[in-house]
Amino acid sequence: MNYRMIKNVIGWILLFEAGFFLIPMVTALVYAEKEIFSFGLSALICMAAASILIFVAKPKSKTLYSREGFVIVSLSWIFLSLFGALPFVFSNTIPNYVDALFETVSGFSTTGASILPAVEHLPRSILMWRSFTHWVGGMGVLVFIMAFLPLGGGGNMHIMKAESTGASVSKLVPRIKTTALILYTIYLSLTLLQFILLLCGGMSVFESINTAFATAGTGGFGIKNDSMNSYSSYLQIVTAVFMLLFSINFSSYYLAIRGRFKNAFNAEVRGFIVIVVTAVALITLNIRGMFDSLFESFKHSLFTVASIISTSGFSTVDFDLWPELSKTVIVLIMFIGACAGSTGGGIKVSRMIILVKGAFKELSQMLHPKQVKKVTMDKRPVEHEVVRSVNAYIVCFVLIFVVSLVLISFDNKGLVTNFTAVTSMLNNIGPGLSEVGPTQNYASFSVFSKIVLIFDMLAGRLELFPMLLLFKPGTWKK
Amino acid sequence: MNIIIVGCGKVGQNLAEQLNEEGNNITVIDQDAGILKEVCGRYDLMGVMGNGATHSVQVEAGINDADLLIAVTGSDELNLLCCLIAKKAGHCQTIARVQDPVYNIEAPYLKGELGLAMVVNPELAAAEEIARILRFPSAIKIDTFAKGRVELLKFKLPEKSRLVGMSVKEVVTKLHCDVLVCTVERDDGAYIAKGDFVFAEKDIISIIATPKNANDFFKAIDCKTHSVKNVMVIGGNKMTEYLCEILQKHPIDIKVIEKDRNVCNHLSDIWGDVSVINGDASDKGTLLEEGLDSAGAFLALTSSDEENILLSLFAKSEFSGKLVTKIEKTYYDDVVKHLDFDSIIYPKNIASEMIIRYARAMKNTMGSNVETMYSVIKGKVEASEFIVGENSPINNIPLSQLKFKENILVAAIIRDGKAIIPRGYDVIKSGDAVVIVSEAIALRDITDVLK
Repeated sequence: MNYRMIKNVIGWILLFEAGFFLIPMVTALVYAEKEIFSFGLSALICMAAASILIFVAKPKSKTLYSREGFVIVSLSWIFLSLFGALPFVFSNTIPNYVDALFETVSGFSTTGASILPAVEHLPRSILMWRSFTHWVGGMGVLVFIMAFLPLGGGGNMHIMKAESTGASVSKLVPRIKTTALILYTIYLSLTLLQFILLLCGGMSVFESINTAFATAGTGGFGIKNDSMNSYSSYLQIVTAVFMLLFSINFSSYYLAIRGRFKNAFNAEVRGFIVIVVTAVALITLNIRGMFDSLFESFKHSLFTVASIISTSGFSTVDFDLWPELSKTVIVLIMFIGACAGSTGGGIKVSRMIILVKGAFKELSQMLHPKQVKKVTMDKRPVEHEVVRSVNAYIVCFVLIFVVSLVLISFDNKGLVTNFTAVTSMLNNIGPGLSEVGPTQNYASFSVFSKIVLIFDMLAGRLELFPMLLLFKPGTWKK
Repeated sequence: MNIIIVGCGKVGQNLAEQLNEEGNNITVIDQDAGILKEVCGRYDLMGVMGNGATHSVQVEAGINDADLLIAVTGSDELNLLCCLIAKKAGHCQTIARVQDPVYNIEAPYLKGELGLAMVVNPELAAAEEIARILRFPSAIKIDTFAKGRVELLKFKLPEKSRLVGMSVKEVVTKLHCDVLVCTVERDDGAYIAKGDFVFAEKDIISIIATPKNANDFFKAIDCKTHSVKNVMVIGGNKMTEYLCEILQKHPIDIKVIEKDRNVCNHLSDIWGDVSVINGDASDKGTLLEEGLDSAGAFLALTSSDEENILLSLFAKSEFSGKLVTKIEKTYYDDVVKHLDFDSIIYPKNIASEMIIRYARAMKNTMGSNVETMYSVIKGKVEASEFIVGENSPINNIPLSQLKFKENILVAAIIRDGKAIIPRGYDVIKSGDAVVIVSEAIALRDITDVLK
């Protein structure tokens, strides 16, 4: 275990975080808010910690193996959140540190669940910091750093693998640095496009930036108490479409730009579209009686499905009041989530496809025990190792789910609340049903439950394994 | 430069590592997902799984933007097919590894008619290197520049040699030999030798000289300079075939010992003069019966590295001649180093060196080109030969007045077919071939030597 190198990388992460604080600081400057000092102080603390980590005991070798990759990613995210929570405490917007940490982890993990009952009265710089954590967390902090900083050594791929979403990660171009740059360019361009479209729809600059950040990371922190309810249909539909766009594998955009449409429109994207269309159609029909026109019900259905499957968590309407069929569909698509390699969370469409195909393969194997067959995707065999890791993923998912559910049940809330809360946290969505529905928040949970949910959010964002490995003693052996 | 490498074997990996370090974008193609995963985890490059000789896989690997495709799979035919398809699919240059003697005769045709930029034959190159060593057994390794006009010889300093205790400066003054000492390898490391460096026993030294001056030098320091008269070759493979072909032109008797009767028949069919023995070389009796103790050189060239090492160890204890050991797995390097063998041949390294030389030359846009390049000390010191262009900034300035980077040595200047071992007052002129020895710098252009 190359402890020094891990320490060094975490130092760089904190240095970048100090840089991230510049964005809310500028906001505070523009709106003349006193929170500039809270952010300034947080940035100074980050820099101090970073300089200790970077410059004391420099690494002897830059070699990183798979396990260092995993540990770097999970520890980076933990430290990022620990320090990212400071401004909330310093500015006294969230005086309790655990609450502030919950809010920050919710931001970086792009969950968008809040412990704040109302947000409109908050300083704008704090709102900006919340939205910006979504944007950074969506694509990944380490990928961001790799785009600009030579971490050196050949171990970078391990970091990228551990931070990116999906069953198997591949590069777009030979160099990891170029790959990271391409990903961020696509990310930034799409965010800009949404920002401009929102501006055109009459949203203010501040609101457009925040909404674009929160949509891009598929986070879902709102800047209004009623999330997206009070906006015009145009703004709601633009946001819905972009939530869906950000849930598609970013390499598909790259392939499409390079003219390889066939590869861009792969099985996962097709599957994603089929699921979205089916869910929207089902819910539209189910709720058509609740709204004046079919367009209204279609709009709300589209927005809600987009928000849930992209794991954003914005809402235009309180879907907790919808009929049971709609709520069931919503909970089901919570688990499916977005495409691999997107900013969305959830189990991922590609994993679902592999799981279902794997199950059918097993069935066919029962009829023909000696049959040799492989799961295929896009007419290519899926390596046995990938199938195995997907199966392990599901087992870990269920394990974490069950344990978390039991642990937060001590708060004596309803089963629907607890079930959807864990679902929502582990899939990085935000709202659940009942006591954690779209109009509710997570403030009423006990400190212990909040810590459990914080772990779930991080585990969900980092796709379980990096966080679980922290608890395996073998990880820490020299 | 965007480079696609087909085949992730030892050569492919070696190339990927070095070319990647030199700042190229590498994509590797292989059918084996396991190897790809390993290589992609170790180096910063992209892996594409599939058959490299198919158009779709090449497109996926980015053949449209590629500048160079290198086909180094185990199969000659596959390599050639890869290059043919790449030529049609993209606008890149192609390099194929072709080892079979049958195709080797066709190499000019392949280059001319099929448009291959380079046909690499590591077995042939290795055989040529062995032949050079046999003609001058005191050397561990001999590389040639400017069509053989200048040689780079590496040798181990024998005990009680006149050179022991002498400094590099004194080589010219005391021995009156026009040679240039380049590098020294000792237990404590390897470096370019400075003027006040003092030689010690068992140093491994490389020098640059014309063949004649080298001969004089070795006579002066009491090393054997006569060619080997008879060699014993263990293993009959492609390299043995090439070696037989080359050595036929020299008065050297060859005896090949090979287990497989069919291979023996094949060899004796083509090379009637070579005495082919059908026997097991791991049997001590066979070796002694065939006259190991009187052999001038023992060449362990079987396909198994382990067998070659063991055979060499045995031969070392039985006879006092020249020992040549072929090693395929480069990671045995560290182990073999301690066994004190004479000359070790790494065909895989030879292949990658040839290809990297070409890739560097391709990158070069200035007037001067890398003509040849050898690694003198693996991964540390290289010797490169350049042709100097007309407008080069180093022209016509005495070497002593040029500001060279540290650890750069102008080792030879070849002008009008004559080699000059340069001293401070010499100048480089346009059209000259210049041999530069450099430590820790990959030279692409002659101007890279200046500060």
